[in-house]
Amino acid sequence: MLYDVVVIGAGVTGAFIARELSRYELKVCMLEKETDVSMGTSKANSAIVHAGFDAVPNSLKAQLNVRGNKRMPLIAQELGVDFKQIGSFVLCHSKEDIPKLEELMKRGISNGVEGLEIITGDRLKAMEPNITAESIAALYAPTAGIICPYELTLHAAENAVENGVDLKLGHEVTSIRFDSNIFIISSAQDEFKAKFIVNAAGLYADTVSMMAGDNSFSIKPRRGEYVLFDKAHGNLVNRVIFQLPSAKGKGVLVTPTVDGNLLVGPNAEEIQDKQDTATTCSGLSEILRTASLSVSLPSTGDIITSFAGLRAGADTGDFIIRASEGNKRFIHAAGIESPGLTAAPAIGERVVKLLEESGLRLVQKTNYNPSIKYGKAARHMTGDELNKLIRQHPEFGRIVCRCEKITEGEILSSIHRTIGATNLDAVKRRTRAGMGRCQGGFCSSRVVEILSRELKVPAEEITKFGGNSRLLMGRTKHNLETNC
Amino acid sequence: MNVKKADLVIIGGGPAGMAAAIEASKNGIRDILILERENNLGGILHQCIHNGFGLHYFGEELTGPEYAWRFIDEVHARNISYYVETTVINFGPDKTITAINSQEGLFIIKPRAVVLAMGCRERTRGALNIPGTRPAGIYTAGLAQKFVNMEGFMPGKSVVILGSGDIGLIMARRMFLEGAQVKMVCELMPYSGGLNRNIVQCLEDFDIPLRLKHTVVAIHGKERLEGVTIAQVDEHRKPIMETCETVTCDTLLLSVGLIPENELTREAGIIVDRRTSGPVVNDCMETSMEGVFACGNVVHVHDLVDYVSREGARAGECAAAYITAEGDKAEGGEIQITAGKCVRYTVPQKIVPKGQKNIRLFFRVTDIFRKVKIVVKANGETVFERKRNKVTPGEMESLEIPGSILNSPTNVNELLVEVQNIEEGQ
Amino acid sequence: MLEKKTLICIICPVGCQIEVCRDDDNIRSISGYGCKRGKEYAISELLNPVRTITSTVTVRCGEHQVVPVKTDKPIPKHLITELMREINKCSIQAPVRMGDIVLQNVLNTGANIIATGNIPVLQQE
Repeated sequence: MLYDVVVIGAGVTGAFIARELSRYELKVCMLEKETDVSMGTSKANSAIVHAGFDAVPNSLKAQLNVRGNKRMPLIAQELGVDFKQIGSFVLCHSKEDIPKLEELMKRGISNGVEGLEIITGDRLKAMEPNITAESIAALYAPTAGIICPYELTLHAAENAVENGVDLKLGHEVTSIRFDSNIFIISSAQDEFKAKFIVNAAGLYADTVSMMAGDNSFSIKPRRGEYVLFDKAHGNLVNRVIFQLPSAKGKGVLVTPTVDGNLLVGPNAEEIQDKQDTATTCSGLSEILRTASLSVSLPSTGDIITSFAGLRAGADTGDFIIRASEGNKRFIHAAGIESPGLTAAPAIGERVVKLLEESGLRLVQKTNYNPSIKYGKAARHMTGDELNKLIRQHPEFGRIVCRCEKITEGEILSSIHRTIGATNLDAVKRRTRAGMGRCQGGFCSSRVVEILSRELKVPAEEITKFGGNSRLLMGRTKHNLETNC
Repeated sequence: MNVKKADLVIIGGGPAGMAAAIEASKNGIRDILILERENNLGGILHQCIHNGFGLHYFGEELTGPEYAWRFIDEVHARNISYYVETTVINFGPDKTITAINSQEGLFIIKPRAVVLAMGCRERTRGALNIPGTRPAGIYTAGLAQKFVNMEGFMPGKSVVILGSGDIGLIMARRMFLEGAQVKMVCELMPYSGGLNRNIVQCLEDFDIPLRLKHTVVAIHGKERLEGVTIAQVDEHRKPIMETCETVTCDTLLLSVGLIPENELTREAGIIVDRRTSGPVVNDCMETSMEGVFACGNVVHVHDLVDYVSREGARAGECAAAYITAEGDKAEGGEIQITAGKCVRYTVPQKIVPKGQKNIRLFFRVTDIFRKVKIVVKANGETVFERKRNKVTPGEMESLEIPGSILNSPTNVNELLVEVQNIEEGQ
Repeated sequence: MLEKKTLICIICPVGCQIEVCRDDDNIRSISGYGCKRGKEYAISELLNPVRTITSTVTVRCGEHQVVPVKTDKPIPKHLITELMREINKCSIQAPVRMGDIVLQNVLNTGANIIATGNIPVLQQE
């Protein structure tokens, strides 16, 4: 099969590029090395839809951030993704820093961010009663919001697939050849032919670029660590609380998540290994210490998990969204670090425009459907809606994950939806089962059993996240037949 | 939404809830409903296949499932109704319960009295904030116990256990007997959190080392766990980095404490004791909300199920009395029970005086003490004492105080429980 | 040779510390036990230590694939490994009722392996 476009990478960037391409009469394929979409940077980040005051004016980051932010409410609605436009504060902890806050506001205005204002005094306290006394002023950006990054990525990718895009999971690109005006892209298992390539390979965008003979940039992973607190503390702050970068460091954020937890982080550490998402003792204490300049944090006993993600920043400092110098039919969407999650829909539009400029013919599909096939998740339903569903499908009345109140029905749908879950973490990202305060202590064995039954594979082969991440190592009584 | 009525609803069909239901039934309550989230009654006992249960309650040694079935059979014999695979999702301030299951969908029950018996959950890696990677192979001991004992799966072959609570010790033996290599049990404290007998019969019997004052400081392995770094800790329980050593293993089991599951309790606005993480209760096991009783591990974490059952029976008896009296409450002030010197908490935390029989008091001490006496003071004066050879934080203490001490001529408004050296005079 | 040993009683959760003084196979003195069973435990622990063993046995056609089991009386400690081998070899057909004998007089110890749980037959859908 000769594809018009192969998109390498199914993170949030690749997913939105694929979705944008799925509007047109094209044969498109997404290649992803992992066993699920959203497995790299898109999985572990601050989950913020930024307003856009931060980026250097006229940079791609600034333009695409503001554009992405404006599109997000409609996209979230189309994709059935929970998005809460709760606004953000940048806190300032000393009088001397107020000019910096004003500077930031000026920058935001020139980037086209709407509604910015500086808030002080009683109003500040009324809006965020739990911030520290040292927090004397804040830049308020009402258009900022919170979203679940893997839900956004998954639903965008599913919408693309539902509109005809092929998704090949577990295909790590090993080489790219360009022969008779056709790209031949190889993975360990297969070969894919394409007229155009989009490089949305995240942390590995430089490697993929090099496969096509382009070494014009490199990706420098920067690790950020986070801690997630119990839902009991989800209302400690009402907005995304940033800190003004100061002599003490870049600052960390404190924010509620769309699902009601409290998220704190990240730090920033340049590292070499692109797979090193380990958390560190120093990193975790650093973020807790820095965050407590903004609010007094709950006890560490109420942390339910900590994690780290890698930002896929390029050495150029800005997003790299352009045709490769060597071949205009090879388009980069690289160096997508913050505000990449916000910018993703705008990156998608931009990449499609570049493809068109490079000669891709775009013919609108008549049957393009911007809305995702699956409706509202059961956990977002009203009582009456839920009762109706349970009458038709009793498994939606059987709770498997008690902490997040996730039913067997939701777990079954997560396995059988457009991009189905094949492992424990994939179920968790789709349903939140195992995401709560017991961290899967009660429900993991049930989820393994359901996965085993539905995928018709022995429980011993079910993994946490693919590869060798097997959860079980055989049976206690080996080789004994349990069937009749 | 479907609305149901019941005299007594019991949230949780484990040992505490079943004991409460049976006792309420014995006391004449007919309209009882147990709500259980799993697919059978019995709770966590089904996966506790080891023996050692029932010595106090039945005078014989039973395994967990055997202990559970004694109660399940009695629930059946007494025709007490129960729903399984039914989860309570909301408990309102006016005792309104919202629950969900596959037959009824979402439904509401307005009972006259409620017994909370939701049990507890295990503390996770997150709460310990252990840094490192996040591979497969890290389980709470209870999850591993479920895999091994109920489903017949081995979670791993080469195991390190963090935490020497009873579940950790029991799982060390279980994993060993099922063929795993159990490399060690690490314990942060200078003493084990489990029962002495379990150190002997679960570790010493199989030469499994117990490393006191040690903790896990890092986790290694990308996909499956490959090892952990352990380190000794100083007197402030901070790891001494020079003592770090890496232990290869494919499995880390965490047995680092249990947390009463009181999310429903808190949502209802019931007062929760910060030391026990359970609701504050009086000697009737009644919480701060009238007609709402609590028992078992939801109130405080027990070491012995026998005491859970006893507490459940007390809650059931009092809930029955509450229903029978139609809210007719004894007038009079409450007596506060204060945890004094070297006592971390007491349960109950208060007493409602009304012609008391004896009062059973549970408490935990703050450290290991030898040759001490437990002293109960009323309004500052010693009214009761009992000698103990040894008390440890890992073993819950219990005292039966004669009700007569409350009938002293002066009005008692506080009881204080403390630990004293035997030599220490008045 | 006179030998003094401190044992922790495992009969009940109290875990008494028992001091035993022995001269080869003769127990000279025992102290520290809290009850009669504790004294018996101390003697047995020195002369012929025994344990009750619990594990699981494979179930055929059952709702669960294993059923919990125990030895209905304690068996000599040195036989534990061998006992586990026997337990791992055998299986039982559902339905299983609590108290069902899975293995009789295992390893000639006089103890039976009995089921401690109930496993109904798997109803095929």
